[in-house]
Parts: sequence; C-alpha cells; structure tokens
Amino acid sequence: MRRTTSVSETPGSEKPGSERSIGERPGNPSAGVATATRGTVATGGVEATGTGAVTTGGAATPTAPTYQQPHQPLLTVEALQTHFELRQWGFLRVGSVRAVDGVSFTLDHGESATIVGESGCGKSSLARTLLGLHRPTAGRVTFAGTDLATLRGRALKAYRAAVGYVQQDPYGALPPFMKIRRILEEPLIVHGVGTRRAREERIAAALEEVGLEPAHETWQKFPHQLSGGQQQRVVIARALLLRPKLIIADEPVSMLDASVRAEILELLRTIQRQHRLALLYITHDLSTVRHYAHRAMVMYAGRIVEQGPVERLLDRPHHPYTRALLAALVDPDAANAHQQRPIPAGEPPSLLHPPSGCRFHPRCPAIMVGRCEHFDPEEAHPRPGHRVACWLHSR
Amino acid sequence: MSAPALLEIADLRLSYRTESGAVRAVDGVNLELQRNEALVVLGESGCGKSSLAKTLLRLLPRNAVAPEGVVRLDGEDILGYSEERFRREVRWVRIALVMQAAMNALNPVIRVGEQVAEPLRIHRGWSRRRALERAAEAFSEVGIATDFLSRYPHELSGGMRQRAVIAMALVTEPDIVLLDEPTSALDVLTQAAIMNVLKRIKAERGMSFILITHDVATSSELADRVALMYAGQIVEEAAAERFFTAPAHPYSQMLMAAVPKLHQQQPPRPIPGRPPSLLDPPAGCRFAARCPQRIDRCSEAPPSTTLAPRHRSRCWLHAGGKR
Repeated sequence: MRRTTSVSETPGSEKPGSERSIGERPGNPSAGVATATRGTVATGGVEATGTGAVTTGGAATPTAPTYQQPHQPLLTVEALQTHFELRQWGFLRVGSVRAVDGVSFTLDHGESATIVGESGCGKSSLARTLLGLHRPTAGRVTFAGTDLATLRGRALKAYRAAVGYVQQDPYGALPPFMKIRRILEEPLIVHGVGTRRAREERIAAALEEVGLEPAHETWQKFPHQLSGGQQQRVVIARALLLRPKLIIADEPVSMLDASVRAEILELLRTIQRQHRLALLYITHDLSTVRHYAHRAMVMYAGRIVEQGPVERLLDRPHHPYTRALLAALVDPDAANAHQQRPIPAGEPPSLLHPPSGCRFHPRCPAIMVGRCEHFDPEEAHPRPGHRVACWLHSR
Repeated sequence: MSAPALLEIADLRLSYRTESGAVRAVDGVNLELQRNEALVVLGESGCGKSSLAKTLLRLLPRNAVAPEGVVRLDGEDILGYSEERFRREVRWVRIALVMQAAMNALNPVIRVGEQVAEPLRIHRGWSRRRALERAAEAFSEVGIATDFLSRYPHELSGGMRQRAVIAMALVTEPDIVLLDEPTSALDVLTQAAIMNVLKRIKAERGMSFILITHDVATSSELADRVALMYAGQIVEEAAAERFFTAPAHPYSQMLMAAVPKLHQQQPPRPIPGRPPSLLDPPAGCRFAARCPQRIDRCSEAPPSTTLAPRHRSRCWLHAGGKR
C-alpha cells in the first residue's frame, strides 16, 4: 500500500501548536509586507551581494538599503520546520515526513559552522530549505536582515547569488556534456554579469583560486576528464563565482578519497577565511570537523540536539547521541581490531512517526523512564554558546 | 617461517584494453594471507585495488586481458583453473565477495531470504528449506531478526541490506571473504555496527578476510595486516601495529598524515600532486613525483625490500645500494 505513496512539499501545511510558529505562509503574497515590521528592512532586497563592478543589473537594486546592524547575524534560523506531505495515489494524505522539525540557530558573517548527523536526519532538507529549494512549513529564515519568505523576483535572484552551494557528488553536479568553461559561465550569464570578456576573467580567477591553473586549459575540458577532487574544485569555483556571502557545502568530501578530503576541506577553509565568508559545512563524519569549523551542531531526527564550539563539542560532548557518535569513530589504531565498539541499539527513527518526547529516547543508554519518552527536553546551557537538548542536563 | 599461506599471490598482473592503450591496473602484486587473518588492501581510488579483487574472483569485464602471475589457494594455482572448475570449486565456495555498494545489488523483486539462501542451493544443491534454515542462522549471525527473511530489499534499511549481503557471503562458509569497500556508503554508527559484526565473525569462525578500502580509520577496525597500494603496485606491506604507528614508505607516512583524525590537534596535511596515469606509468618509482624524500635513484624502479619478517617496502630508501 505504502508503495504507491508519493512525496510532495507542503508549504504551510498546518501544524497545530507548533512552537513559535511565525505567521507567514510562503505562498501568501502579503507576506512581504507583513514581515517588514521587523524594522530593519523596508524593501525586500538582499544586499547587492558584492557582485562587484561588473554586475550589470539583475542582482542589485540600486536603492537597496544598508541594514548592517552591529551584531546582526548573517543568517538566523528560527523554529524552522520543513515537512513533506506523503500522499497515496497522488491525493490521499498519509502523513508528513517531518524532515526539519524545529531548528533554530544563527550564523555570523565570516563564521563557519558544521551540521553533523546521520543520513535521514534532515540535514540535507535543512540545507535545501536554506537554499530556497524547499519552502519551510513553519518558522523563519532571515538572511542579512531579510525574511527569506518575502523574497520575490530580483531580490530572490540576488539571494541565490549570495548563497553558494557545493554539492555532495561533484560528478552529478556538473553537466557531463558541457565544457568546464560553459558550466562556469552559465551562472554569470543568468545573473547578467558583464561582457564575455569580463566573465572569462572572472572564471579564470575562480579556477585559479581553487588551484586549477592554468585556467584556459582546465576550461577546455569536460567534467569526466577531471579527477574527483578536481571536479569538486570546479563545483567550489562555481559556488564562488557570484561572490557569495554564505557557502553551504553538503557533504562536499564524502565521495572523495581520504587523501583528497583533506585537500578539499583545506581549500574550503582557505576560501572561507580569505573572503570572510560564512560557511555551513554539512557532514556525517565528525572526524573531519575539528579543523574546519568554529561551531558544530549535531542533528538527530529533524532537530538539533547539541550545539557549541567545535573543540568543546568534541572534547566534552554532553548529549548521549553526540557521545555515541564520537564513541563509534576511530582513529587508525591496530588495537581497534580487537574490541567491539559500543553502538546504541536500533536505527534512526522514521520521520513520518517520530518518537514522542526526546527523539533519541528509544536508543538512549541514559534514558530516564517517565520523563524522556513523554516530554520534549528543555534546552540546557552548560556554558555560554553550548546548548544541549537533553533532560540529563536540564533537570 | 610460519604455516603455508592460505592464499598466495605472486607477481599478479592485469591490464585493460582501452582506446588509448593498455591500462595496467594491477602491476606485479605479491601478497599472502594466512588462515584467520584479516588483510587490508588500502589505496586511493584508481590505484587498482578493486581490479585486484575482481581478478581474484574472475569477475572481470570483457576488455580485461587475461591475468598473469600466480594465485595459489592452499597451494593450488587457481588462476590456471578452467572457468567451469573455478565456478564450481572456488567462487563463493572458497572465496566469497561483498561488493562495493552491494546493498543496492540485491534483486528488488525477490525476498531477501531467498537471495541469501541461493548460493547454497546452487553450490551445494541443498533443498530450498534447508538453505533457508541456514540463511536464518546467517541472519542472526550478522544481527538481523530472522523475520526479515521474507521481506523485500526495499523494506530493509541500508545497513540491514549490507548485513544481508554479508550473510550471503557467509552462508557457504568460505575460507576467505573478500570485502570491497563494504561500509563506505553507510553512516558512522551503521559502519561501526557492521565492523563489530565482522570482528565477531572473525573471532568466532576463524575466517580470513581481505578488506579493500580507501578509509584508513575503518580499515584499522579489522586489520591484522595492511598492504598499501599505489598505481597498481603494493608499496608497503606490514603488520597493522607497525603500519598505523610507524609506516616505512614515504607514501604510507604521508597518507597517515593526510587522514583527518578525531583526536589530532594539528590539521591533516594533504599529499600534493596526483597519482600517475596507469596508461603510461613512470618507469621509476611511481610515487617519485610526489615524494619529498626523492633521490636520483628514484628514476629507476625500486625493488620490494624486506625490512623485517613480513614487512616489505618498495622504496630506494630501504633498498639501499643493493639492486
């Protein structure tokens, strides 16, 4: 029966009692006006996004206001929910997959954060919601002071230029029948960047920046003529072309060899520092986060269960799930072969029917019966900046 | 020295015919595997490690040139076997394979139990009933509830499918299980759970494993011995303790430094450069172009040198002056 179900997005699908649900339905044309009450933004334009002198229209609204307030984060995510409606035979509602279910965090200008979680925990849905590819069911995403749901037309286009995306599978992300040059020129044409010559210069600069010199040789090639690491460099170059403020990298190295992983992560870090970009690095592999992010967020079953500075999270994890993830990871050591690793029983829950209370309770080795399975854990703050959603710590 | 090896590979060579010439994927590999030993073949993608696995099981594509060299299983050269004899006596009877992304290779329209039981019905001629009973045992061995026997592959999670494929490799009780990147598409916890299963089976059943992977950290979960492959050749072969703490070959050392580690304070150091093309590999040491310890001698091919019992390295630094 279930086999005939199909997935469709549910913009604004009702969720009674969803916490802090912030009014707008993304499809509502009046939403733009409604959110302007937040004060800083009057017109729905994202800042010109530094597309620079060569920008000839498209991106920038000449009257775009400056809304750089002193301590305003670049990205604010509040109680975000992205649910996908499951329908049977295309019309019978079966339920919703609650891929992102109440996620809140902020990201500052030039800050790099990582989201860690297993497959199916909703981390890619979160990324795609932030990219504007899924509409949030509830909650709000604010980018440089502007509510994402209010963006239309040019402002939306400008937002897309301001947020670069690095996909997981570089080969799948590059059209196989186009030469690199054509692939990289496309976004520049779409966003109306200058003359052919200006575009070429920018492509060459981007290719050089990701270490694919000489550019005029690289851009003659087709994606299959490049190695996996080189392909991922092209994807990164493409994400940089429109001079974004934020790069979202969804598992950028999971398809690559161990020795190439370090290279690509190093490249992302260098670029992030040089351009003072914000970076959201999404991964399932905690061993790759220490040197490449300031802050880490651990996601489980659609929610962030723990977040804090990377070092603190890795060295003093508080949530039982974070601890389990860290205990499952090994550094190369011959002794590993002779010991069983402690693994929490069971598998991640279905997001169609997530467990009540704390979502980790069915697998949690430290479950407090009578509390964890009934009540959503309150967030505890063991230290400033370190937040844990677990009853062990909130009492 | 020790007991005769269960599997002995000597000077194995395999190439593929392509439009641009012969690709020498496996180029003179020597290895040996003892009983109840787990050997890890480590290497970056394109180094020929999967070709090595395919050669051992004779699952080669059409453009492969017949392999040269010697592969002895319990002293018998199985490379010389006819196709039919190999199928009857070796493949899945004595050497079973867990392929890369095997969890997606299950037939979607046949119940999982039937698929796991199939090798027994074919190779041993067992009745369906008896084979299914054995499949149920294999299921519990790898930690899947036996009621999943009658499910279809899509009803199982990725981790469970991978366990089912491992069960399929175990049912015929082969001497050697060859695992080609068995966990690379899985999550950390699932990965660790599957490695737990393999460790337990190795301890309980005394099976031998060849694990082929690019993931250094995961490889240490099973390895007794490590063979590092680069551009079609084994550059170092050593006991796991030795390899993970004090590798000898410059490539081994750089690879260990390039691996992101959870508890390491300094960031990983990438290895500059790329592996050479297998179409036209350099005449000398294949790692020379990327090697910081390169000497003049490196333009000649280094011999494989024994540094200690069962510890070999293919590097002029260790071969010294002798040829």
